[in-house]
Formats: sequence, structure tokens, C-alpha cells
Amino acid sequence: MIIGVLRDPDPGERRVAATPATVEQLAKLGYQVVVEPGAGAEASFSDEAYAQAGATIGDPLTADIVFTINPPVQRLDKLAEGTTLIGMLNPRLAPGLVEDLARRPITALSMDAVPRISRAQSLDVLSSMANIAGYRAVVEAAHAFGRFFTGQVTAAGKVPPAKVLVAGAGVAGLAAIGAAGSLGAIVRATDPRPEVADQVRSLGGEYLAVEAADVEVSATGYAKEMSDDYNDRAARLYADQAREVDIVITTALIPGRPAPTLITADMVATMKAGSVIVDMAAANGGNVEGTVAGEVVVTANGVTIIGYTDLPGRLPAQASQLYGTNLVNLMKLLTPDKDGQLVLDFDDVVQRSMTVVRDGELTWPPPPVSVSAAPAAVAPQPVEATPKPVRRPLNPLLVTGVAAAALFLLTAAAPAALRGHLTVFALAIVIGYYVIGHVHHALHTPLMSVTNAISGIIVVGALLQLGHGGGLVTGLSVVAILLASINVFGGFAVTRRMLAMFSRS
Amino acid sequence: MTIATAASAAYIVAALLFILALAGLSRHETARSGNTFGVAGMALALVATIGLAVDGEIGVLNLALLAVAIVIGAAIGLHRAAKVEMTGMPELIALLHSFVGLAAVLVGWNGYLHVEADLSGSEALLLSAGDMLGIHSAEVFIGVFIGAVTFTGSIVAYLKLSAKIRSSPLTLPGKNLLNLGALAVFAVLTAWFVIDPQLWLLIVVTVLALALGWHLVASIGGGDMPVVVSMLNSYSGWAAAAAGFLLENDLLIVTGALVGSSGAYLSYIMCRAMNRSFLSVIAGGFGIEAGPAQDKEYGEHRETSAESVAELLTGADTVIITPGYGMAVAQAQYGVAELTRTLRDRGVNVRFGIHPVAGRLPGHMNVLLAEARVPYDIVLEMDEINDDFTGTSVVLVIGANDTVNPAATDDPTSPIAGMPVLKVWEADQVIVFKRSMASGYAGVQNPLFFRDNSAMLFGDAKDRVEDILNAVRQLSTV
Repeated sequence: MIIGVLRDPDPGERRVAATPATVEQLAKLGYQVVVEPGAGAEASFSDEAYAQAGATIGDPLTADIVFTINPPVQRLDKLAEGTTLIGMLNPRLAPGLVEDLARRPITALSMDAVPRISRAQSLDVLSSMANIAGYRAVVEAAHAFGRFFTGQVTAAGKVPPAKVLVAGAGVAGLAAIGAAGSLGAIVRATDPRPEVADQVRSLGGEYLAVEAADVEVSATGYAKEMSDDYNDRAARLYADQAREVDIVITTALIPGRPAPTLITADMVATMKAGSVIVDMAAANGGNVEGTVAGEVVVTANGVTIIGYTDLPGRLPAQASQLYGTNLVNLMKLLTPDKDGQLVLDFDDVVQRSMTVVRDGELTWPPPPVSVSAAPAAVAPQPVEATPKPVRRPLNPLLVTGVAAAALFLLTAAAPAALRGHLTVFALAIVIGYYVIGHVHHALHTPLMSVTNAISGIIVVGALLQLGHGGGLVTGLSVVAILLASINVFGGFAVTRRMLAMFSRS
Repeated sequence: MTIATAASAAYIVAALLFILALAGLSRHETARSGNTFGVAGMALALVATIGLAVDGEIGVLNLALLAVAIVIGAAIGLHRAAKVEMTGMPELIALLHSFVGLAAVLVGWNGYLHVEADLSGSEALLLSAGDMLGIHSAEVFIGVFIGAVTFTGSIVAYLKLSAKIRSSPLTLPGKNLLNLGALAVFAVLTAWFVIDPQLWLLIVVTVLALALGWHLVASIGGGDMPVVVSMLNSYSGWAAAAAGFLLENDLLIVTGALVGSSGAYLSYIMCRAMNRSFLSVIAGGFGIEAGPAQDKEYGEHRETSAESVAELLTGADTVIITPGYGMAVAQAQYGVAELTRTLRDRGVNVRFGIHPVAGRLPGHMNVLLAEARVPYDIVLEMDEINDDFTGTSVVLVIGANDTVNPAATDDPTSPIAGMPVLKVWEADQVIVFKRSMASGYAGVQNPLFFRDNSAMLFGDAKDRVEDILNAVRQLSTV
């Protein structure tokens, strides 16, 4: 089958759905790729580069499968019957488009409807785009911010580090935390899901918890709307932080809903002049009062509010590569035989979830998928769990007591001649225990081989028996001497060899 | 001063030298001098004993035999020691244990032939006069029993470790009863032999002990070999001590007790590291416990390539490598050491985390890494490194499975629950080198492979490490 790659006519969209690198991978799956002229120009991929990777330059709309970033609203009529359209169709927020698609004899797969389960991570464009957007948000903030992010002590005076607040620790938030941290800023982050605290800390950020009764356990992997009490407390936290921090990056999005307002105009008014806010939710209404989607606004008190909605597109080459790889991973899933034939399997929850229209039949919305990343709500354990206890060392008093009693009985019952030997035996065991207890773990093997050599001391016993008794005794003694000698010489020699190998750096 | 008193004095000095030898082995700095003390003690003991033998006028023929036996034994021993691969250490040590066991059996038999076989002989009459004949008989019996168990046990361990027989545990019906029954029969036979020292009793007990040793180790699986080998080490010590009682020789008793407690202590460490009781290991046959949660859905694993691992490693600040027996099997230690050197030259902090039961011998991984010239001060024990995985950029799991299984801490129903493990999953990224998705020795699936921060690198560990090394070198030339 043939895959067509569209050029996006919108000048604000610089990304492209395939790169020369992904074209090669698609070819390996058995597909031919047709790229629209100039499709990758904005992302620095020339038509020649595509051609070198094995694509042909031509009309993508005649292909069997059409790759796009945004839905080609103007050109839907040109799609042939049976075409499969794959792109970010945003079916949750664009019901009009969904209806339009369903009127046509095509199949439409939406990359932004991939369920958040680990298996589907490799096709999740929301994650890959959010990662880029989070990074870019920090770069935009740094660009607009009139000072260093990192603290320095210079001959011209001390530079304090910038303080960054990241609201929402999803993929974008975490990327922003990482990027701001690498620039040297002090990074704090908030999120209603307490389970992300560790992820925030792992990137060097400080997690600010909202003290509230109803902490959220996410069943879908996304955040949801919170209760009033929670929102009041969160508002107080944001108000306190707004006065203190230099940069605010907000990433709070709830799928299919307008973005929640986190930072009010009053809070913005308390911020220091020169501070920067990047509102990554601007496209969905914004988390900040005063955000204008796609614009940069400077408030009366000198706070810059950046409302860019094309943050991933501002790193077009990188975004195209990741998006293209997500598409390749999707095609791997849809091409089980690697023969260039697309097979849509509705029993697979991933494929089912992202299919908006199948052969002209509306399949949106899909049945819900619970990813249950959190442990709380999972089904009760059916198996009788019998936890195995961690073994505790035996009570040393008890062990010593039993050993002492046994030694007492044995020695008391033994004839006088044996008593001396028992004393020596008992003392030697104790000495052995203490001496060996301090052996470094790395030397356990040499220890074994040296004790092995030493246990060849039984040669002494055999030597003493030699010559006492008949020929049989002598014969057995000689064999025993021979065997024990192997131990003595072999054991010491191999220990020596091993110890010579250990060296310090 | 007679030869006899000089010999006794030499024995005491030799015993002290042995204690110093073991004490010296406790640290890297003193380990070599410890070995020298051991050699000195052994030389002293041998010279003293040969002196006694010459003094006892055993005749030129016997002296010649003695010399020949020692020379042949020494030649074999030195040859094996010089030739053995470090990956083959477990087999060699198991084989050496069997020699001690067999020697102890022969010494015990000689004790019988010397005394009990001729109850009207001078030696027997002398012992009877001191009321020691019964004690002597018991010592013969016990010495032969321990020696024989050590002998066949070590032989089976050797065969299993060198893959000459299958290492899966043998499960005879009622095997615990068989073991206990053998011990009970041994006790009864001992009492009988003390009352009436008959040759056939000694033959029966020898055969019984040989069978018991065989069965004990045969019913223990390959992954428990660290415990088995150190347990056999312990047995060989007790066998020497039993011979010491028999011959009324304190040097043998002291040395045997030292070796016995050393083996017991190592076994104890190994058992604690596997969260198993010592008795259950020597009784054999656990690890065949079927895991209840086998059909659990873990999701899918991700595969990665040598090139991306190379990029990951060169970009990392800290790397921890956790090797397991698979590294030894694949002989990958040289590549791993080379990779470690290359990365350390590039400023990456590379360290090793060793689980106590990694490998087939206590401390086996340390020896393999030392052989490949990895400095010992970056090879750390589980307890030393377990808190450092948080904040580590990359962990390479090479040929290890059960020792890095998070189920041991997370899943109380897992067969390996409670076993202390290396917490590799706390690192940013975990790369698992594996031949396939098969489960480890304990037969337990490893949820580590399905974690979001883990990726699998399939194939032979040695080849994959070489691939990574090449990729790292290419990265550094660009």
C-alpha cells in the first residue's frame, strides 16, 4: 500500500508527519511513501532528502493511507474511497469534524486518542509533543526573562537563581521541570496527583503538595477536575507562590474540557516586574487569566504572559521526528505481517480507541479504557496471599544457650582423655567464627580455596598412619596422602593466583 | 626436647598460623600475607609430621612411597591450579572438597584396620585399658560417615557445576524421610559398632553415607550451588576434625573446626541472602515451589539496541553494573571490564553491585571481575550500594534475574518474597541483558522487565557488550 504525507497549508504549522528517517522505516514495513512537495521544508527536511530515503514526491491524496499533523479540513473531499486518514484529529473537542469524517467512506485514526497504557506509549503523540512543548516553554520563558536562570557569584556581584513554578507535573510539566533545572533554576511543581511527587523529585524539582482531604488517584492517567475545597487550598498555594517566583509555567489540561484557571489576574498583579508566565494550556482557554492564545501579552505590572499554542511546532525538526516515529510505531502495530498491508484489529484496545471512523461508520467515542496506573481501585486479589515472612536471625542467646548445654553434656560424659580435645575443638570453632565473620565479601572465593587447602591438613592424619599396620593400611594411607596433597598444593596455588588478580583503581 | 615434643610444639604454631591465614584473608591489603601464613603453617605441619614418621622408623620403602604420593599430589594440584579458568572455580573447589572427603574416609578405615580389626592387638588392648576403645570406634564411624557424605556430595556438586549432569533438582518420593531415615540408621549403626565393631557395619555405613551424600546434593538445584559448595566446605572441615579426634591430634581438630565454621558461616550468609533457612537448603529441593502468580499480565517489554545503550552510557553520570551467573556463562567479564575502563576514562562513574548469591560460589563474581582487571574498590556489595540506585543514570543488568526481581519486595505471594534484592529499578534507566524472556532459576517471572524504565537487550551477553563497546568507541571518535 501507498502512504501519502501531506504538507500543512497553515503557515503556523511547521511540523510534518514523516521525516526521511521514518520513511526508511516505513519502507521496511512494506509501504511506498509519497510526499507532497515542500512538506518538510519548514522542518528542514528537503524534498531531495525524502527522495534519497526512498520516497517519491507527488500527490499524497491519492494514496491508500494519508499521514497528516492536523486534519486537512479543506481537502477532505479529495480523499478517495477506502482511504485511511491518520493524524491529530482531536475528536473530543471537534465534534463537527468527526461528523464530517463519518459522512465519508473512509477510515480515520486519531493519534491524540491513543489510550494511556504502557503498551501504547510508543505511539502516544500527546506525550511526545508535550515533552517537546515543556522544553520549549522553558526556552521561551528564558528568552523573555531578563536574567540568568542559574545563580552565580561573579566579580560584579552575586546573581540569585531564578525560581520557577511548574503547575501540573504531566509529561509537559516534567519536561519543563527537567529543562528549567538543567538551566540552574530552583524548580517547584504542583499537581493534584500525589503519586507524581517522586517523579518531580527525580528531576530535581521540589513537589508542593496541596494539603487537602481528597487526594486524587487517577484511573485514566490524566488529571480530572477537583473539588471546591481542594481548589480553595490550591488557590492559596498559587497566590503565595506567585509573589515569590520569577517564572510560572502552567500545563493543567483536562481532556475534553476547558482548561482550569489556576492563576487569577489578582495573582498576576502581585508578581514581580519582569516575571514570565508561559501558559501551555492557552489553546484550551488557558490556566492564567489574561492569556491570549497564540500571543505574548505584557501586563501593566510588567509580567510577560506567553500564550503560544504551537510550542511543539517551534522545534519542528525534533517534533516531526518524534511524531513520525509515533506513526511508524502505529504502522508496526497495524502491519502485523510487515507486508505493507494495513489491518485494523478492533479487538485491540489501542486500535479500537483511536479509530474515529471505520469505513464510513462512526466509531467515536470508543468504550472507556481504564489503565489503573494506581494501585487503589484494582480488583481484589483472588489468590489467598500468604506472605512469606522475612527470616530473622535466630536468637543469639538461645543458640549460645543450646550450644553451651550440648558442650557441657558432651564434655561431662566424655572420658578424661577426650576432654582436652573437646576443649580445643570448642575454642577453635569460636575463633573460626570470629575470624571468618570479618572476611570481606569479595574475598569469599579465596577464603573457600584457602580453607580448602588447609583442610588438606588431613594429610597429617594419613602420614601418621603410614607404616603402622599391614600393606592395606599403607596403601590406603598413600592414596589419602596423594589426594590431600592435591588439595594442599592446588588450594594454596589457586588462592595465590586469585589474590594476585585483585587490584585497586 | 624430643622429636615428639618438637612436633607438638610445631603443631601449635601451625594451628596459630592457620588462624592468622584466615584473619589475613579478611582484607584485600593483608590477603596475600594471609595466604603465605597458610603455606607456612602447612609446611611446618608437614615437616613436623614427616619428622615424626622418620622418628617412628617406618622404613625406607614407606618414606619413598610418602615422597612419591606427595610429589604426584603436588604436581596434579599445582597443574590444576595454574590451568583452571576463573569461571571454573566452583567446579575445582567442589572437586577439591571431594578429595578431602575421600581422604577422611580412608583415614577412618585405616583407623579401623589399625585397631578394631585386631581386637587382641597391642593398640586395641592399650585403648581398652584406658576404656577408650568404644570412643575410638565411634570416632572411626563418625569420621567415615562425614567423609563419605562430603565425598559423594562434592562429586555430585562438581558434576552439576561442570554441567556433566543436569543441574535440576532430583525429586525422589519422600526424600526428606530418606534423609532422616539415613541419619537414624546411622545412629543405630554407630551404637551397634561401638558395642561390637564388625567390618560389615563399617561397610554398610560407608555405603549408606555415600548414598546420602549423593542424594542430598542431587536434590538441590543449580542456583543453590553457592550454599551447597560452602556447606561441603564446612563438611570437609568437620571430616578433618573427626579424623583429629580419631588420631588424638589437636592440629587436625583445630584446623577442621576452623574450616568447618568458615563453611558454616558462608552458608549462613548465603541463606540469609536468599531468605531461606539453612535446613531447607541442606534438606534440598526447594525452588521447585510453583509460583502462584505466574499467569499475571505484566504488559509488554521494550527492546533496545546496542547503539542506543552506548549513547545512554556515554551521556550518563553514574552507571551501576549488576552481574549474575549469566555473565560468567557468556564469559562476558572481559568485555564488561573493558567497557568499564572506557566509560571511566570518559568520566562516567561506573560501579558494580554484587548480590551475595550471584554466581555459583560465594564471591564468584568478584573473582571474575578481578580476573578481568576491574579494580576491587568499585565492586560493591548489595548492602553497600543498594541505597545508591536512586539517582543512578543507568543500570546494566548482565545475566542476573532473580537477584534484581522487584517481586521479592513488592509481591508477598511471590516464591522469592522477602529475599533481599538489588533495587535496580530505582535507577533512571535499566538495561537488562538477556538471552530471551525466560524466567530465572527460581522460575519466577520478573516484573522488572516490564517496567517503564527498563529496556531489554537480547542476545549473548558477550557479543552485546562487544557491540556496545564498539558503538561507544565510534561515538568518541566522532
